[in-house]
Parts: sequence; structure tokens; C-alpha cells
Amino acid sequence: MGTYVPNTKEEQKQMQGIIGIDSIEELYSDIPDEVKLNAPLNIPSGMSEMELSKKITNIAGKNKVFDSVFRGCGAYRHYIPAIVKQVTSKEEFVTAYTPYQAEISQGILQSIYEYQTMICSLTGMQVANASVYDGACAAAEAVIMSKERKRKKALVSASTNPMIIETIATYIRGTDMEMEVIPTKNGITDIDVLKEKLNDETACLLIQQPNYYGLIEDGDEIGRILGDTDIKYIISCNPISLGILKTPAEYGADIAVGEGQSLGMSLSFGGPYLGFMATTNKLMRKLPGRIVGETTDAQGNRAFVLTLQAREQHIRREKASSNICSNQALCAMTAAVYLAAMGKKGLQKVATLSMSKAHYLANRLCELDGYEMVYKGEYFHEFVTRVDKDVDKILKALENHGILGGYPLGNNPYNKESKGQILWCATEVNTKEEIDTLIQILKEVD
Amino acid sequence: MKLIFEKGNTNRGCDLIPECDVPVVTLSQKFHRKIELNLPELSETEISRHYTELANHTFGVNNGFYPLGSCTMKYNPKVNEELAKLPGFTDVHPLQPEHTVQGSLFVLQQAEKYLCEITGMDHMNFQPAAGAHGELTGLKLIWAYHHDRNDSKRDKIIVPDSAHGTNPASAALAGFTVINVPSTDDGLVDVEALRGVVGEDTAGFMLTNPNTVGLFEKDILEITSIIHQAGGLNYYDGANLNAIMGVARPGDMGFDVIHLNLHKTFSTPHGGGGPGSGPVGCKEILSRYLPSQGIIEEDGILGFAHKDEKSIGRVKSFYGNFLVVVKALAYIMTLGAEGLKDASCNAVLNANYMMHRLGDVFDIPFGNGPCMHEFVISLNKLKKEKAVSALDFAKALLDHDMHPPTMYFPLIVYEALMVEPTETETKETLDEAIRIYKEVYAYACKAPETMGDYPLTTPIGRPDEVKAARNPILRFDFSSK
Repeated sequence: MGTYVPNTKEEQKQMQGIIGIDSIEELYSDIPDEVKLNAPLNIPSGMSEMELSKKITNIAGKNKVFDSVFRGCGAYRHYIPAIVKQVTSKEEFVTAYTPYQAEISQGILQSIYEYQTMICSLTGMQVANASVYDGACAAAEAVIMSKERKRKKALVSASTNPMIIETIATYIRGTDMEMEVIPTKNGITDIDVLKEKLNDETACLLIQQPNYYGLIEDGDEIGRILGDTDIKYIISCNPISLGILKTPAEYGADIAVGEGQSLGMSLSFGGPYLGFMATTNKLMRKLPGRIVGETTDAQGNRAFVLTLQAREQHIRREKASSNICSNQALCAMTAAVYLAAMGKKGLQKVATLSMSKAHYLANRLCELDGYEMVYKGEYFHEFVTRVDKDVDKILKALENHGILGGYPLGNNPYNKESKGQILWCATEVNTKEEIDTLIQILKEVD
Repeated sequence: MKLIFEKGNTNRGCDLIPECDVPVVTLSQKFHRKIELNLPELSETEISRHYTELANHTFGVNNGFYPLGSCTMKYNPKVNEELAKLPGFTDVHPLQPEHTVQGSLFVLQQAEKYLCEITGMDHMNFQPAAGAHGELTGLKLIWAYHHDRNDSKRDKIIVPDSAHGTNPASAALAGFTVINVPSTDDGLVDVEALRGVVGEDTAGFMLTNPNTVGLFEKDILEITSIIHQAGGLNYYDGANLNAIMGVARPGDMGFDVIHLNLHKTFSTPHGGGGPGSGPVGCKEILSRYLPSQGIIEEDGILGFAHKDEKSIGRVKSFYGNFLVVVKALAYIMTLGAEGLKDASCNAVLNANYMMHRLGDVFDIPFGNGPCMHEFVISLNKLKKEKAVSALDFAKALLDHDMHPPTMYFPLIVYEALMVEPTETETKETLDEAIRIYKEVYAYACKAPETMGDYPLTTPIGRPDEVKAARNPILRFDFSSK
């Protein structure tokens, strides 16, 4: 049996003696016999570290790690600098709790303050929180945050990642809010339908930029339409794209959210990831989650603390703006180290390379017989092709060569015409050589 | 210390990404970012030293004793960290074909099986990313259950006044009205008061057991049956499971739905506030409403079961904080049935040892009998007689290289300090903590007027929190550079 209990049986006996008991069982005397377990748990015996290591490594070995990945859909393989992994493995950061005791938590607090600053830099917004669970949860929290006494309806563009739409729907079901999905036209939000749907009960509109299909939405036009209203404009954005693309602030957004996984986090079968949230000064006190602020100590030294806690559950209980207790602090730090290592030029380079490789891939695919682009609009690092061949066969052929191809869109509930469609993605890690190999393989698939 | 933005110089940086090997593409001007992108411009040396400095100003479980009540700050085994970094886990896309992620699916399947056995539940879902997220998910299950039975008038969730703040906050977020029930003078749920508030509008009841004063609710079967008889469901907040693994199970106490905190009970680290993992477990009657169905096996191949039409829907992208689940599974496999029980028994022993030895100096309101894995001290007398608060006491402890206990919780105890030593601390550490607590107490009685000055040896003194909230500065101002 493996154990992390340091006290020996003798020491345990000694402690029992001091307390005045003969066995630990006596400490459980308050538990009624009816609910006490009378047999051991049906879990195998424990093991040594060496045995564990072997078993878990064996389990990990049952997963296939693809040499090249051309699939995104909300989870992206980017290069992760070594310094990001080293810094975020430091035991102090890994093993600390939420920084309630500011005097001995300045490191964590400052790192979150720096993260908040970087998220504001990226999005152009004025205030960011310390992060939430992931991009879908950030979107759902933003929708809830936009609610006002008479405005309880959320509009969400159908060109948003379906997982985000579903998460928002789950969050608001059973509450006094409701959601309506605005259809797309040519792969982007249908602005004519949107205009018809806006009224004085609309709380917010959420769009994704670049959207689920990789296309760039007309954020300016939507900003103009919402500009004169009290409707909150929520943009779920890709943080890498913000190295070169227009920011939510420039579109006039009230709330910017997004999935931060691209900023130094591995794919990890879906988590842990990072939800970022930023807003305007005006909405600052409605922002959910932890927020770190600057202040001074008695000697006038700069100090950082968790602040605006009057919004939070441990003070306000059922009247809190959200139930959030933890954030994703270590993931927020990961993003901050990533952005520090990349700097402005590095991030621009990652964005430009990702976009350029995606365009190269798209051009090469469309040279093949039977492949065409589904949408004509400008796109970032993802795009959709339609092919008159068997999609499963295509993806299988790639898989046999260690390539994870694009994502088959066949089952998207918000797009009935998705048969034969594949959503591709490329990033800076995909080389020209890899793309050329992929094209060669697809040439052989009929 | 300096902010990362106050270091470095223009044009410094790291060479991380190669030049573009395909034609460079640009988009229409109207899509271009026009505003400045302010990010640090630093060499790798500077970044590395910056974060080392921040690490030196951070106190983790690795730095010393961390008896934060309700948080279960046990040791985070290094092997689990190492195993969660295997490329087989980290470099797998969540939307890969199922036959290429058999390892990941096996992890989820095994973790579900073991956690169900430990808790007495029938199903476990890993989507929730933290305890509060698990609460929200569990409450949505309760809502869906009643709604599905056309019993939608049930809109009240009952919560004891000693509950974690997340309980009422999650209930409100899920659309319920919160009813608080008082505790008795013994620190337990007032069963008669509970009987008085249940009715046709009762959707459910939330409880952590052992409760937040560190006592096992001995009337638990009566409590859960009052709720069931009224037509409601019982929700178990798993924050305090570390006291009873292998001893008793929420599923045998009448609970229908639970959440666990893998970052508490199952040794995964807190990371300065996350990522955690808050899986939701439930009995069969609620299984159809789960965010997703479990792992099924067909011809020896694992796969995700189809989503049930009655599902509440997903609460997060993909399948939850997967790498955290890997660490928790590694922990369970290391300890096994016997080790899990031994961990709980020693958590309880360590808490009772500290409580017993502190009892001659400190007022422990519910300390007549044994406690579970934690206990609560009240410094109300010190506050009244010497004007020294629980905050002052906690801040003085900071000068002794240990993290203070949880302060001012639960709300039903005045000037509360909640101590949870966990099973991974040695007797010497406990003895040292006991000595320091008593020493600080004696000093507080002797020189109460100085207690507002502590801590003295930490990187900063007490920060001005009122100023931070009144005049919020929430990001660096680049124009000040």
C-alpha cells in the first residue's frame, strides 16, 4: 500500500494515548452504525510509486499522439516555449491555495495582476478578472452578467462554437433568462435577422470572432447596430488572433471573453483550459470571479490583494453576482508567461504564421479534385471545405500517416447542410512540408 | 518588487518561432488591429528571474504547514504531477476519434468507478471544473428531476446557516430561492427547524457532512428522510469527504447527488486558486439528466455513450479538467482501499490531537466530543477582553512560516479560526504549530496593543483592502511607463 501519511504506527499510538483513546475508531463514535461501512471499499490494494508509474505510463500509451494536427474547433496545438512549462511547474505556484493571505501570496497576486493587464492589452478592454474555468463558461458568465431587470433575453450567433452555445443554454435553463440563436448567412451572423430580433427585452448579443468556421464576422457593423442601444455586445475571441486582428474594444464590445488554451496550454484531452473575461469600467462591479487590485501596505509599499469582494459568494452568499470560488490561477499564469515570452512581435508572428499556413493549406486543398471552399469570406486560421468524397475515408487515410485531419462537421445541429464539410485548422507548428505531405496523401484517396 | 512591465527594454525578446515557410497572407485593413499591443519585451533570463522572484513571494504546501479549514491542503504527490505530464495525456486533442484516445477514456472510466465506490453513488461526471461548478451542475440535476416529473413548483433549496458560501450562491444561480435553517447550540442541523421549513415547494437540501464546524451530523438519516418525505432531494457538498473515506459514504446516508473536490480530498494541487476538478456524482434516478453519459465498452473498445435527451446539457467545453482527473486516479491507485481509509483516519487523528492539546488555552465551541478532520476555535473572548481579533491572531502566525487557519468561517462562530491539519503532516509539525499558537495567544494577552502590527517579516505588511476596493486599480497603466 502506498501512503502519504508520515506518522508511524507508534507515533499514531502515542497521539491516541495523549488524546485518551485506544483506537481511532473511537473518534468516529458520532457516525451511526447504520451508515458505517462494514466492509473495505471495493478498490484494489495500493501500490508503490514504481508500480504506479508503470501502470499509468501504460495507460497514457494507449492514446495516439498525432505527429501533425490540422484540427482546431476550440482546442489548438501551438508551440509551447520551454520557459512556460518550467515556470508553471514551480512548487510554490503549484501547491498554493487561493491567495487569501495577501502578505504571503504576493507572488500569485502579482502574477494575476500582470495577467489581468495582459488580457486588457490583448482585448483593448479596461478591466479583466482573474480567469474562469474555460471559454464556454466565460461566455455563459458574460451572458448572465448582461442581464438587467427588463432585459433578460440573450441572442447568440449560430456561428459560435456549438459547445459554447450549449453551455450558455445549460447555465440559463431554469432561470428567468432565455436564449435565441441567430442564424447565419454565408457562414457569418445574418445581420438582417439580427436587426429584426433586437428589442427592449434583449440583454445581449454574443458573437464569436473569428467564428466557428474560421470566418471573420463584420464586428464593426454589429457594433454600429448595437451602439445606440443598452444591449450588451459580447465578443468571444481567439487570443492568438488578437496579435493582428481588430480587438473587441475597437468593435465597441461591452464584454470580451474567450478560450485561453492557445496561450501556452497543451491540448490535454480538453482541460485544464482557461476562460478569460474582460469588460469596461462601467460594468466592472458586475464582473464575476476573482479580481486582483493594487493597493499599499502601512509602510506605503505597493501591494496586491483580492478586491471588489463585495460581489462574491463568501460575502454575499445567495445575493452574489456569481457562485465562482476558484479561478484557473495556474492556467492564467501559464498565459501570462506565454505572452511575456512571445512579446508583441512573437504573438504577431504566431498569428501571422497560423493564418498564412491555413491559407496555404486551403489553396493546396482546393487544387485537388472535388475540394472547394464552402464560404467566400476572409478567415483566420480555420476554414471549411466541402468534398464530394467519403469524409471518413479521407480522415482515415490521414490518420494512417500520423496526421489528425480536420473536424468533420456532419453533425452540427446548427448547420443542416454540413454533409461533406470538414473544418480545417493550421497553426505555426504545421510546416510547409507537413502540408505538402497531407496533400500528397489526399491525392491518393478517391 | 517591480512588475513585469517595468522590466526589460524595447526590442528585447526571445527567439521562439521560425520564419514563415509559406507565402505570408494579410487580411483587409478593416480587420486589422489598430491599437497598440502592450506586452513585456524581455529576454528569457529576465522572465525566468521575474517568476523566481514571484515564487519566492508565494507560500504553498511545499513551504510549510497549511491548515486551512475546509480546503484540505494535503501534500500534492510529485509522481502525480509527473504522470499528468506524459505526452500521451497532454498532446491529445479532445476531438480525436475515440479509438485513438482509449487511454483517456480508460482514465475517465476507472476514475468514475472508484469515486462511485468511495461515495456510494451510481454515476460520476467529470465536466465540472471546480467545487462551485459541481454544485451548479448538481442543482441543475435537481431542477431537471422535478421539472421532468411536472413538479415545477419546487423552487426552494434549503441550506444550513453554517454552509459554505458557494451553496446558497450556486442555488441562486441555478434559479432557486434559498431558505436558511439554523444550527443548534451543538453545531448540528436543527432537525425541528428543518421539519418546519420543508414542504411542497422544497426542491432540495444541501449539506456537507462532516459539517463546517467539524462534526458528523449524527441525525443524518433522519435529516435526509425528512427531505425525501417532503419530495425533495439531498445534495452532498463533498468539501469535507477527507474525514470519512472508507468509513462512511454519502450514498448510504440518503444523499442523491454530490460533488467532490479532487483538489482537496484526492490530493491534486490548488495551483494558487485552480485548476481544480469538481465531478458530480448521482444516484440512478438522476443519471439521465447528467451533462453527458459515461464511458461504454463495445467489443473491447471504449467510447462515449450517446447523450440522453433529458440531459441538462454541457456545463463546459469537452470533458472537464482531464489532467486533474489523471492525478486523482493516480492518488487512488497509490493508496488503494486500505490507504484511503488510513488517510481519513489519520486526518481525523491529527485534528483531534491538535484540538485536544489546544483545548487548555483556546475556546473550542464544539469541542466536547471528538471532531472529524477539522475543528473551529473561537477567539471571541480575546476579542472582547483584549480587542485582539481572529484576523490579528492569523496575521501574527504569518511570522512563523506557517499558513494561518481559515478565518471568520463558519459564520455561526464569532472570531472563528478553522483548523484542518490533514493527514500528511508529521507529529513534529503539529507539536510546533501547537506551541506557536499558544505562544502567540499568550503574547496577545500580554501585549494586545501590538497585535495590530503583525506580520513583520513578510514581503509586505498588512495591505489596505479598503483602499483597493474604493479606488480599484486593476491593471498596469502603460502611459505611466
